[in-house]
Amino acid sequence: MTSVALLRQITDYANRADPYPLYAELRKTPVVRDEAGPYLVSTYWEIHGLLHDPRVSSDARNLGAEAAEFRGQEEDPNLPPTFLKLDPPEHDRLRRLAMRPFGPPHSPRRVFDMRGELGEIVSGLIDGFRDQDRIDLVDDFSYPFPVTVICRLLGIPREDEAHFHGWADTLAASLDPVQGTSEEREAQLQTVRQARADLATYLAGLIEERRRAPRDDMLSAMADGHGPDGQMSPLEVISTSALLLIAGHETTVNLITNGMLTLLRNPDVLQRIRDNPGLAVPLVEELLRFEPPVQLLPQRTTLADIDIAGTLIPQGASLWLLLASGNRDPQRFHDPDRFIPERPDNQHLGLGSGIHNCFGAPLARLEAQIALTELVRRLDNPRLVEDPPPYRRNAVLRGPRHLPIAFDGLKP
Amino acid sequence: MRLVVDLNRCQGYAQCAFLAPEVFAMHGDEALMYDPQADDTQREHVLRAASACPVKAITVEDEAGAPAAGRAGASRVG
Amino acid sequence: MPPVSADGYLGKFRREGRIVIVGASLAGLRAAETLREEGFTGTLTMVGDEPHEPYDRPPLSKQVLLGKVPYDHTALPRRRAIDAQWRLGVAATGLNPADRQVHLADGESVEYDRLLITTGVRARPWPNDLEADLDGVFVLRTKDDAAQLHHRLKAGPRRVLVIGAGFTGSEIASACRERELPVTVAERGPAPLVGALGGVIGGVAAALQREHGVDLRCGVQVTGLEGDPAGRVRRAHFSDGTAIEVDVVVASLGATRNTEWLAASGLGAGPRGIACDAGCRAFDVRGIVTDDIFVAGDVARSPHPLFGYQFLSLEHWGNAVAQAEVAAHNMISASSDRRPHVWMPSFWSAQFGVNIKSVGVPPMADQILITQGSLAEHRFTAAYGHQGRVIAAVTFDQAKWLDFYERQIEQAAPFPTDFPTVDRRPEGMQPQSAGFPDPSLPSHGPTVTLSGHSPADRRISFTPLRA
Repeated sequence: MTSVALLRQITDYANRADPYPLYAELRKTPVVRDEAGPYLVSTYWEIHGLLHDPRVSSDARNLGAEAAEFRGQEEDPNLPPTFLKLDPPEHDRLRRLAMRPFGPPHSPRRVFDMRGELGEIVSGLIDGFRDQDRIDLVDDFSYPFPVTVICRLLGIPREDEAHFHGWADTLAASLDPVQGTSEEREAQLQTVRQARADLATYLAGLIEERRRAPRDDMLSAMADGHGPDGQMSPLEVISTSALLLIAGHETTVNLITNGMLTLLRNPDVLQRIRDNPGLAVPLVEELLRFEPPVQLLPQRTTLADIDIAGTLIPQGASLWLLLASGNRDPQRFHDPDRFIPERPDNQHLGLGSGIHNCFGAPLARLEAQIALTELVRRLDNPRLVEDPPPYRRNAVLRGPRHLPIAFDGLKP
Repeated sequence: MRLVVDLNRCQGYAQCAFLAPEVFAMHGDEALMYDPQADDTQREHVLRAASACPVKAITVEDEAGAPAAGRAGASRVG
Repeated sequence: MPPVSADGYLGKFRREGRIVIVGASLAGLRAAETLREEGFTGTLTMVGDEPHEPYDRPPLSKQVLLGKVPYDHTALPRRRAIDAQWRLGVAATGLNPADRQVHLADGESVEYDRLLITTGVRARPWPNDLEADLDGVFVLRTKDDAAQLHHRLKAGPRRVLVIGAGFTGSEIASACRERELPVTVAERGPAPLVGALGGVIGGVAAALQREHGVDLRCGVQVTGLEGDPAGRVRRAHFSDGTAIEVDVVVASLGATRNTEWLAASGLGAGPRGIACDAGCRAFDVRGIVTDDIFVAGDVARSPHPLFGYQFLSLEHWGNAVAQAEVAAHNMISASSDRRPHVWMPSFWSAQFGVNIKSVGVPPMADQILITQGSLAEHRFTAAYGHQGRVIAAVTFDQAKWLDFYERQIEQAAPFPTDFPTVDRRPEGMQPQSAGFPDPSLPSHGPTVTLSGHSPADRRISFTPLRA
């Protein structure tokens, strides 16, 4: 394989269902420069090192002029960047402010106390399968579950989902690199801009409502909260809540769907989790290694020339960190292509690492653990209708678009 | 139930404090304090926390005094 | 057991040999587990001077003093069953390497084929015995110490005096402030933590203390403790002529290595620990390595390739675990299968809501560079340099970056670092003197001690601390 078409092969939809042979090929050269400019990093220790490397920036303004042309998406000039795309100290300040209403040290029980609620939402959705012998797991379960959860957490009316569904999908897809002719690219960017503007306008109205009449939700807390770091500006509240809304469901939907797909492909494991529901806990970690919802991080850049694995990455280069490939690196994980639920020392890269590690990780873990345990417990004789299932276009946020499952009935 | 956290490994990801808040607590943004002898009723949550630890810093002893899930990763060697 | 052949001896030893571990704390326990894990099936005897099974100490100065965790909640979890004979509450009083016997305080002796010494350290007491005996004067090392001190803090003393602002002293002061107790900290050096992290970081530690309401007094010594007629401590006098009323005094003067019991053993054991090779085998006073006596944990001092092969004494939790594992492995392995202990020195401290972590050997450094963040915000990463190389790093609430600096130390990367980083501030443009005190002056706080290249500790004269 030449370096000519690496990036294109990763984004090529033909490789979506099973990108892992391509990653294995890539790992033969831990760091390789794609013809389009980005440096692709595919091995565990190199990715891990770069995630903890203070010479690596998440701020697109640090890209060199050449690399900037190929970056996945442009910033919205009307909204401040989210902490996802900022370096310290701005990243740290915004993330701490967003964390205040979500987790420790300020709100240590917020997620923990949602366990009962999560279980009820899951039970309600599965109850809805009664009298059916076939579902689309994505549309009927994996999508509505985390959407309901993130709406409740943020304080967004669940019935507004019809509004933001399209915007969120567009923005999730926009994490992929923009491709095609310059006209096609401009059209794609225009769609993204419009979705972002529409979502921002929608959220701004909601945030204003919460500011006037606060409730016990994250929007109210972010709009009104203040602590040692001061408070978010009104625009920061909008961009942060947009990020949390999208990241809060576009990733978890894939985690749950990938989980069920993997279990149905491994009936012995499915039976074991049925016999021992506690196995769902380590199993979700293995799932995050084996089929991570975020396959790669395409938005880092170098603040200096960095020599890594024998390759000199120049300052200002665009870096693609292939998390899903690092997770299958045989130099780090024994028998990496096997799904082993109780894999020891499973320090996967599925939720990133370092300061940009997944903000919603504990919630995603709980959601997936509860969802998979209940699906396995209640669906009688579940089976795949087609394998592989049809996938979404997205290469970065990869997962099935539909997962038709047949079953013989529901257990109470 | 006994547990210990290798705080050299710990980088303050706080997953344990989210998932078992009665046993693990963040003290400030990054420092972790925990109950090394948590009540047995917390077992399910503690195992969840140990499994979620991104750096596998939590070692939990099972009821029989043998290691349970979540034995810490190998010690670092320089 | 007479060795017939090396292999034959080893096989038989692994099956039915006798291993004695003196020191039943973290290192001793982890070593015992490793021995069993790696297939040692002979008899294993654990000797410990405290009457408790192995427990963890770091929580004692934090969760336990805060009352969040009971003092008897820190027993260490077992990685596996170790099937040992326990001799707890009985100190070892002597060692006779010729007839392979450890003598115990109860008059008995235990024979071994191989011995592991993990006797650790103890708190250095207040040097004036009469004053140290006053009611209300404490040290903090054991869980019994912690139980008594916590009990007294809970009673709401009018003021607590902490003598010595190393890590333990600073953590005690932090716990007192969190309990809203008035606390004075007296430090003979120019700043807290100065022995471990130098004056630049010491300045941050001092600011943290003062911002949290600690009455911090640096550059002073406590010249005397005064009691009331009932024998309770009431007043402390300082070298600057001042005095304060106190109900509780905690002497936090660092640690003394538990090696006195080896004085007549012929081992290279002294106040700075027991010298051993990188494979954890003890040296005798002649500088000859023994083959059946091993050392691990706080009491060991061993040469480290990353730090000029100087003997390092590391009072670090992680070192105790890692060295115990190496020692145990080597005790039951053929020489070709033995491993060196080349652990990267690492430690942490939690105080005043800040997580302090360090890698490498800061006290070896002459310069420091604030590579990320800001001292004034108490969130930063600093790299330490020695002779143009990165030798250590410390983070305040920035632990996620520390891995990178650990690699820099391993690679002996140039110092000052010549690359930009995220969050570089104006204060991070130039290195400055790290501000370590004269190493010939004893300090309260270093957790790493560089102790030269001599395996026999003889040339070092020990001066008891006069605080």
